[in-house]
Amino acid sequence: MAKIPSTLEALSSEYGPHLNYMPDGGWSKESRNAPERLVKTHCCFCGQQCGIQLKVRDNRVMGFEPWQEFPFNQGKLCPKGVKRYLQANHPDRLLAPLMRTDNGFVKSSWDDALEFTARRLRSVQERYGKDAVAVYGGASLTTEKSYLLGKFARVALGTRHIDYNGRLCMVSAGTAYKLAFDVDRSPIPWSEIPKAQVIFVIGANVGECAPITTDYIWRCRDNGGKLIVADPRMTPISRNADLFLPLRPGTDLVLLSGLLHVVLRDNLQDGQFIAEHTTGFEAVKASVQKYDPRTVAEITGVQPESIEKAARMFALAERAIAMHARGLEHQSKGVENVSALINLTLACGHLGREGAGCTMITGQGNGQGGREHGQKCDQLPGQRSLLDPKAREHVARVWGITPEELPQPGYSAQEIMNAIHSGEIKALFSICFNPLVSLPNSDFTREALEKLEFFAVTDFFLSETAHHADVVLAGSLQEEEEGVTCSAEGRVIHIQKAVDPPGNARRDSSIIVDLAHRLGKAKFFPYTEPREIFEELREASRGGHADYYGITYEKIDLQMGVFWPCPTLDHPGTPNLMEGGVSFYPDGKCRFQLAEWRESGDPIDPVDFPLYLTTGRVVSQYLSGTQTRRIGGLVDMYPEPRVELHPRLAEQFGIAGKDMVTITTRRSEITLPAMVVKTIRPDTVFIPYHWAGEKSANKLTHRTLDPRSKIPEFKVSACRIRKAEH
Amino acid sequence: MFGYEFYVDPSRCIGCQACVKACEECETHRGQSMVNFDFIDRPETIHTAAYVCWHCEDPTCAQVCPADAIKVGEDGIVQSALKPRCIGCSNCVLACPFGIPKVFPKLELMMKCDMCYDRTSIGKRPMCATVCPSQALAYLRPEEIAARREKPTNTFVFGNQIIKTQVFMMTPPETEAVPVDITVWMWENPNNA
Repeated sequence: MAKIPSTLEALSSEYGPHLNYMPDGGWSKESRNAPERLVKTHCCFCGQQCGIQLKVRDNRVMGFEPWQEFPFNQGKLCPKGVKRYLQANHPDRLLAPLMRTDNGFVKSSWDDALEFTARRLRSVQERYGKDAVAVYGGASLTTEKSYLLGKFARVALGTRHIDYNGRLCMVSAGTAYKLAFDVDRSPIPWSEIPKAQVIFVIGANVGECAPITTDYIWRCRDNGGKLIVADPRMTPISRNADLFLPLRPGTDLVLLSGLLHVVLRDNLQDGQFIAEHTTGFEAVKASVQKYDPRTVAEITGVQPESIEKAARMFALAERAIAMHARGLEHQSKGVENVSALINLTLACGHLGREGAGCTMITGQGNGQGGREHGQKCDQLPGQRSLLDPKAREHVARVWGITPEELPQPGYSAQEIMNAIHSGEIKALFSICFNPLVSLPNSDFTREALEKLEFFAVTDFFLSETAHHADVVLAGSLQEEEEGVTCSAEGRVIHIQKAVDPPGNARRDSSIIVDLAHRLGKAKFFPYTEPREIFEELREASRGGHADYYGITYEKIDLQMGVFWPCPTLDHPGTPNLMEGGVSFYPDGKCRFQLAEWRESGDPIDPVDFPLYLTTGRVVSQYLSGTQTRRIGGLVDMYPEPRVELHPRLAEQFGIAGKDMVTITTRRSEITLPAMVVKTIRPDTVFIPYHWAGEKSANKLTHRTLDPRSKIPEFKVSACRIRKAEH
Repeated sequence: MFGYEFYVDPSRCIGCQACVKACEECETHRGQSMVNFDFIDRPETIHTAAYVCWHCEDPTCAQVCPADAIKVGEDGIVQSALKPRCIGCSNCVLACPFGIPKVFPKLELMMKCDMCYDRTSIGKRPMCATVCPSQALAYLRPEEIAARREKPTNTFVFGNQIIKTQVFMMTPPETEAVPVDITVWMWENPNNA
């Protein structure tokens, strides 16, 4: 059904991606004039959520000016932040709803598009049941939109299947922190980083994926701090690493167990902290017994001496901070990996003190806020569990329904796509998600999308996924609707509306509200402005761990952000989440978690698939590239994906310079230009994933999920390579 | 801005090129970046370096200019060539020991970093040093830079030519060659890989 309605070429020529290089009217004309207003808001690209001022004139974003007073980044911006303003007034921008016809998409009225959408969603639900419709959300949405979408799925559609693209980002970390501390947030604000004596970064390309964090780490080094980096690749921050641990993809858990082994063997643990603040230590101690440095070296490929040294540096430091991102988490044992890092941190007593802690580096724009208030398949607002009867009762009351009417937890993002493929789910309503680029095994994703009986997409540009839609609802950019997000630090910040959506495009929240009305649920969706949604969200989150009750837009502006939990209006917020090492469990203890290593879901085969493939990001692109592949200055920096490989590996296959290389996995193969560099392990190749179609790294990746977090294993696949025929 | 100096520290550079991109947004040369950026030797290393004009005390570019088009302001800033005078001959491009000036053939004009004159003259920091995420380019007070690991210097020696600059280079307290091949840290026997 949902095959693309015309040729890819025709769609691309009309909807892009085209490259926007200059502000509206060019460099030398109107954009030179002074702005009418400077709007203090935040960058939409990545979880750092840097403060930025947008220059606005005639309802158009014309440029930017650094916002030096905002404490997190003090004016700093990465190239994505510098060029972010060019997504506004973009020639590819969707200015009206689109309906599919046999000859491609045609513009339609809102009335027609929304009436059609409501009718088709209803008809699928009447024929196949409520759960035959699924909802996809995204972690670039404001928290208001995320909250609204959760309520829309559960109240307006009554389906249990809603999940979001944060499933591809923060869920392993979130699950592990929840297990250890009963709360899913970085325990520390970034201001602690420069105070540490040792920073241990594992599986985090900080320089490219969280650029502003670099300066915090460099300032730590200015203060005499040491830096340990563990990664299969030398990423930019490794240039100043005091110790670099080039581990094999997928062996992080073994490395971390080895570090804990050395700590315990040499009696470097913090016995007092373990006794007073933790449970479960003995079982973990027994489990790392077998991971002596030599065994760990065999599995990870890291020198035994480096393992000894890293363990001693981390344990002997008075104050140390462990930082991790998707490298550790994008694995079929992502939760265990993070648990092992938390175990190490707890054993060394590096928690709840100045300059000490462990922290996840949230990736997506609203990666934190977007997962706290109800677009996760198992969660209700305030970081409450959908399985908790008390939470159901509270939220049902706020929403004006009975707890029985509230659906049970549904499928996670990849499971929803699997269920579409198997025919269990027949219709999809998607916003802020480009699964054709971002989910693993994109051939499978395409097959699934083609099976949908009805597919509605809300987006501001026509993403590759939206090519398959029956109706495309022209939504809004981040700068076109007020709201809040929560940054990697746990700081709730205020996204200001800078301009109105152009043409006939509409604010995302008004689209969802309108649709809810057409589905006959008007009384549950009385909002006209995001502020009204936020007021309800405050109430819905009240008493939960992510308690926003005491947060108001005005308070955020006054304090330059408010760290949750903030339970009352006179509460200043909580930058340090676990002061004194006290967790959110009723007994205040932190929980060691058993973490046993197991093989990747796509294991190496010495004959057919002897190499590791790992995927990631580059500094100039954001996620699936829906926005950043349209900004000329960013595309020029790194126009298309390349396959990074070590010269020793390249030599075996006669690959030199910019030769084309074919990479084959158990799913598929793609051909890309080589990038021969000594900064990657010779048994590993790397491809960034931001591109679609035949250049898509996710044609190669596999659908194995972590059993608890349901995150796909993007970071470990088995592959082979060959020099491509020309 | 009074009391502030410009510092370049390649050891902090993460190669993100925010400086290059931000420079294009400046008022005096919109759409053209005056920041120099290099991947030092990408096949061998992830090291990168971004730098601006060093603003020499006695600038070689001005010395060699046959049209006397390159002026040093009272504030010590070496400015882009004066449009009425510049003949686009590229003498300055060839002579500058740091490789800074760029000639734009269409405009028949040499343009270079003017330390964001439009910004610094009204109390704003230069664009590149404001946005730089790693503060490899920094515009700070001397007492602020003193807190860093690396130390500033503004003396450069090119053969017999000693150059004093207004922009400072941060240099390591002790300089050691750092190997960058990942295999140096690997345990496997190279013959097995």
